[in-house]
Amino acid sequence: MFTPHTPHEIDAMLKAIGVNSIEELFIQVPAKHRFPELNLPEPLTEMEIASDLKEISSANASTEDFISFLGAGAYNHYIPAAVDMILRRGEFYTAYTPYQPEISQGTLQAIFEFQSLMTELTGMDVSNASHYDGATAAAEASNLAYHYFRGKRKKIVVSRAVNPQYRETIRTYLQGFDDVLVIGDEETINDKIESQDLIPFIDRDTAIVLVQYPDFFGRVIDYTKLVEVAHAAGALVAFIFNPTALGLLKTPRAFDADIAVGDGQPLGIPLSFGGPYLGIFTVKDKFVRKLAGRLVGETIDHDGKRAFVLTLTAREQHIRRERSTSNICTNQGLMALAATIYLSLLGKEGFRQVANLCYQKAHYAAKKISALKGFDLAYSNTHFFHEFVVKTPQPVRQINLRLQDHWVLGGYDLSQAYPELENHMLIAVTEKLSKHDIDDFVSALEEVTGV
Amino acid sequence: MSESTIYELSQSGRKGITFPEPDVPLTPLPKDFLRESLSLPELSEFDVVRHFTNLSKLNYSIDGGFYPLGSCTMKYNPKINEEVARLPGFANTHPLQPIVSIQGNLYLMYQLQEWLQEISGFHRVCLTPAAGAQGELVGALIIRKYHQINKDFRRKKILIPDSAHGTNPATSSMSGFKVIPLASDAQGNVDLDVLKTECDETLAGLMLTNPNTLGLFDENVEEVIRLVHQAGGLVYGDGANLNALLGVLRPGDIGFDIMHFNLHKTFSTPHGGGGPGSGPVGVSKALSEYLPSPIITIIEEGDEEKPPFFGFYKPELTIGTMKAFYGHFGIHIRAFAYIAMHGSKGLRDIAEKAVLNANYLMTKIKKDYVLPFNRPCMHEFVVEGAWKDIPDIHALDIGKRLMDYGFHPPTNYFPLIVNEALMIEPTETESKQTLDDFAKAMKAIAEEARENPELLHKAPYTTPVRRCDEVKAAKDLILRCLVPEK
Repeated sequence: MFTPHTPHEIDAMLKAIGVNSIEELFIQVPAKHRFPELNLPEPLTEMEIASDLKEISSANASTEDFISFLGAGAYNHYIPAAVDMILRRGEFYTAYTPYQPEISQGTLQAIFEFQSLMTELTGMDVSNASHYDGATAAAEASNLAYHYFRGKRKKIVVSRAVNPQYRETIRTYLQGFDDVLVIGDEETINDKIESQDLIPFIDRDTAIVLVQYPDFFGRVIDYTKLVEVAHAAGALVAFIFNPTALGLLKTPRAFDADIAVGDGQPLGIPLSFGGPYLGIFTVKDKFVRKLAGRLVGETIDHDGKRAFVLTLTAREQHIRRERSTSNICTNQGLMALAATIYLSLLGKEGFRQVANLCYQKAHYAAKKISALKGFDLAYSNTHFFHEFVVKTPQPVRQINLRLQDHWVLGGYDLSQAYPELENHMLIAVTEKLSKHDIDDFVSALEEVTGV
Repeated sequence: MSESTIYELSQSGRKGITFPEPDVPLTPLPKDFLRESLSLPELSEFDVVRHFTNLSKLNYSIDGGFYPLGSCTMKYNPKINEEVARLPGFANTHPLQPIVSIQGNLYLMYQLQEWLQEISGFHRVCLTPAAGAQGELVGALIIRKYHQINKDFRRKKILIPDSAHGTNPATSSMSGFKVIPLASDAQGNVDLDVLKTECDETLAGLMLTNPNTLGLFDENVEEVIRLVHQAGGLVYGDGANLNALLGVLRPGDIGFDIMHFNLHKTFSTPHGGGGPGSGPVGVSKALSEYLPSPIITIIEEGDEEKPPFFGFYKPELTIGTMKAFYGHFGIHIRAFAYIAMHGSKGLRDIAEKAVLNANYLMTKIKKDYVLPFNRPCMHEFVVEGAWKDIPDIHALDIGKRLMDYGFHPPTNYFPLIVNEALMIEPTETESKQTLDDFAKAMKAIAEEARENPELLHKAPYTTPVRRCDEVKAAKDLILRCLVPEK
């Protein structure tokens, strides 16, 4: 399909090699299993696959046609046209890892700018070139802490108000170390979803404490005391942040976090059914040599001209092999580029505007919904950013199914991950929703719950 | 050619994309939680577009030229893939929508699982791993859990050939295993005698790349697998080099227990300047309940009236969750389109032309370069980037000089078992003319090495920047732009 060889060229090449047929090049492959007939459909032309995929995609309901109040780790923000136009440049997306700096300055400088933006956003000293997503960044933060203490501290304390998928990912990543204990978020501890409830878990055996900011329920919580206690015990603290929230809110660094990780999807990356997204990974200076993943640094070339290169590569798997602390090899290059373009386009003013719009619209929605009969704001005494929890008069699943008839995708059903939160909906509001959309949602909620 | 950074271009007060004023009554901001300042750059939209356009011009890419980076399979990325991945019905779906509203996505993922199973001969495939390295982690964790479930706690040792990618040993130690490097024999195969001495009751498994990173098909592969199985271990296949085997051999058919795919290599999803990749994992029937969650499955069979109803399945003995949500769906769409456009014959054609191109190029280059393993290769081959009679010329010099001839250098200094390795993978999408031009450049450089070695030491001359001071970069550690005073 994409092989350019003419029969004449094939003959000439075979002759040069000194074989009679292409098949002869495969004689080392066990004959019994060589050249199996694969049971796949007949090949399609480009025109046919374009049409087929359009049809498949139309079997979905998307946020294009529905107004969506889903968040819980993936957010529907406006993406300026210029982001994708630039991403589509073949010079960016058909290049690979910038191993050869002389012919990769575009990618290298873009990553350097990404690192700069991430450190500015979080207040941290160092950002790497990115990880797969927020969940794996959180897992790598735990991994970093475990190795930082050379395996001597065995406890990873994680809040139950951290995204449930992130907590699962942390456990998956760390299962290879028999003695590690991930603790603090057990289901049996009823209602332990307040940050201060983590304090009793923290001791001299604690490697790291992980909290989310704003937390999974959208709440903005003052972690000052928690960080103090963790640091007094000698443990590290990681914040899992939402980047849009940092357009308004205090940085993780302002709370003295040692590591700040998050998912960069809200920064110009489409929802795309959950991926590819962008893992942001930032740390204080002193952890720079413990950091997993690529780093770009500034230097000069042979003529003294500024240049960018991959640096501190001796930390990484291709040099250290079994002695490296992580196997990460790629970063999310193109996604990091998207976030860099997005933040450059919005700039100081536009990014603050987006954060403020999210905050304002979410608060408007919260007021309107909690005024409905049978609906209550769940954590009414706590600040929130652009996500909040409401108690619903009926199971969320049921409400959401009915909302689809009103062209609405309702909020996340918290009972899926928190059995104690039956009839609790997590609602996210971004700048893309107008007052009109929110009012429609409120009336739809009223109608489908029949109150 | 150089480009200022976004912070250097920034002008106080300049605006880019702005948003409408709030259309809702205002709520006071939480005073105690507000940040003091946020110094993002201040640029116009045009500033930004021009900046990144200029940056892009400093990159070498497949679209722009030949990129024979060994083990990375830098083949042409069909443009239709970019179009279909951006269809609004895909790109604008939220991962937590009710499953009834995402049947298109689930159908596509289910079908891709099925196709990958058929192509590889594995029983079940999970699409979630984010990259090849994460696929490896899945594999190593499955090996660990399998032995644990069987209460075989002594099995702590993973064997890895010395030709393997660095990710293999890193993954194994990350999964709590002890790594035992395995020597290669004179033919570049796994040394069976060495292997036998390691096959004992502490053996958890073997990670094998086949064809290996020398581009050689391990002729003893069936015996290797038999020995490991006999000792109670599992065999993990690193699918990095699957491009050579499409329609040629299904790794599951010869006894591999687990393998990851690199969709960004074999199935032509773009490399993106270093990701996103995608590393689905296939396993044998015996391991199918160990895969990460979720797997896409049919919840309700369809009939003539209605299509099947798709949903998620969590395997019973699952090692867990590798990341948020379901993998790199945007990449799955591209791989789906690529496989659909090829079919059985088209896939075999890929492997055949990849192997034809590599052997042809090897034949041409070996006249001037030392070929450490002189036997037919698969999709790539390794030559030495140095000559005994020319002191002081290294693989690096040759790679750098190739840039002046308009080519991306091959992978160098890998695999580690070859002196001054240059690892060359032309891929199937390159034409004979391109290969001839590249061979000509390699020949010219070999001559330059003899006649004017100094020329090579200082190469490249024609690139946006010249050789960079990596020692300085690591010593000074400037990892971010200087942000102007707030």
